[in-house]
Amino acid sequence: MFSIFITSFIVGGLICVIGQLMFDVAKMTPAHTLCTLVVAGSILDGFGLYEPLIDFAGTGATIPITSFGNALTHGALAEAEKHGLIGVLTGMFEVTSSGISAAILFGFIASFIFKPKGNI
Amino acid sequence: MDEKKYAKLEQSITPKPPILKNVIKAFLVGGTICLIAQFIALFYMTFFNFTERTASNPTVATMIFISMLLTGFGLYKKIGQLGGAGASVPITGFGNAVVSAAIEHKSEGYVLGVGGNIFKLAGSVILYGVFSAFLVALVKTILVKLGVVSW
Repeated sequence: MFSIFITSFIVGGLICVIGQLMFDVAKMTPAHTLCTLVVAGSILDGFGLYEPLIDFAGTGATIPITSFGNALTHGALAEAEKHGLIGVLTGMFEVTSSGISAAILFGFIASFIFKPKGNI
Repeated sequence: MDEKKYAKLEQSITPKPPILKNVIKAFLVGGTICLIAQFIALFYMTFFNFTERTASNPTVATMIFISMLLTGFGLYKKIGQLGGAGASVPITGFGNAVVSAAIEHKSEGYVLGVGGNIFKLAGSVILYGVFSAFLVALVKTILVKLGVVSW
């Protein structure tokens, strides 16, 4: 039960290390790095490798942006299993809806409350 | 000066990033964010009826809420300066990109400014996530239909 706190820290940290190496060594921009990580998460789920990582590391696997690619692919695959090819399209946002809707909602609320500070 | 020469000169002048130091900082900051999320997940599992698997949805939403507050008070930028990729790779970095774009563009109005720019930074992540998910799921579905692999 509590070992998941350790694996979460280590796996989450290591995924960020991969991102940092892409910044510093491969000289990629943050946007390119994040897109690559999302695509990587999506491909890993295609091979069925991301879910075991979630079982192993908990939020260490679900919080990094790779899990966004995984969740999109996972929703598409789950729906495709039930409804065939059309499910690829309809199931896409099934799993990951909370991340996107929370970001839109809180982003909009924040634009009411806070003043611009040059945060970008 | 031709382009190649310029690129070479630029490479030699640009200071080398302290890679090892940056990597350690990214590891610690990124790991800490995931660890905090694990505590939030534990909270949802203990006090609400979430399983280990379903707890990740409210956890992600809570992390984005925290990231909204940190971004609004100008603190996330500091975490970003400290942690580098450790701050931008977790979902809080995605939240920060959406929230900061929304706040920065409010002076242009709520429809054209906030509405039009809220995904200015995060849009590429959504686009490539959706496109790659589509390709991966399409290929896998076709392979399953052909009997090459199973679900």
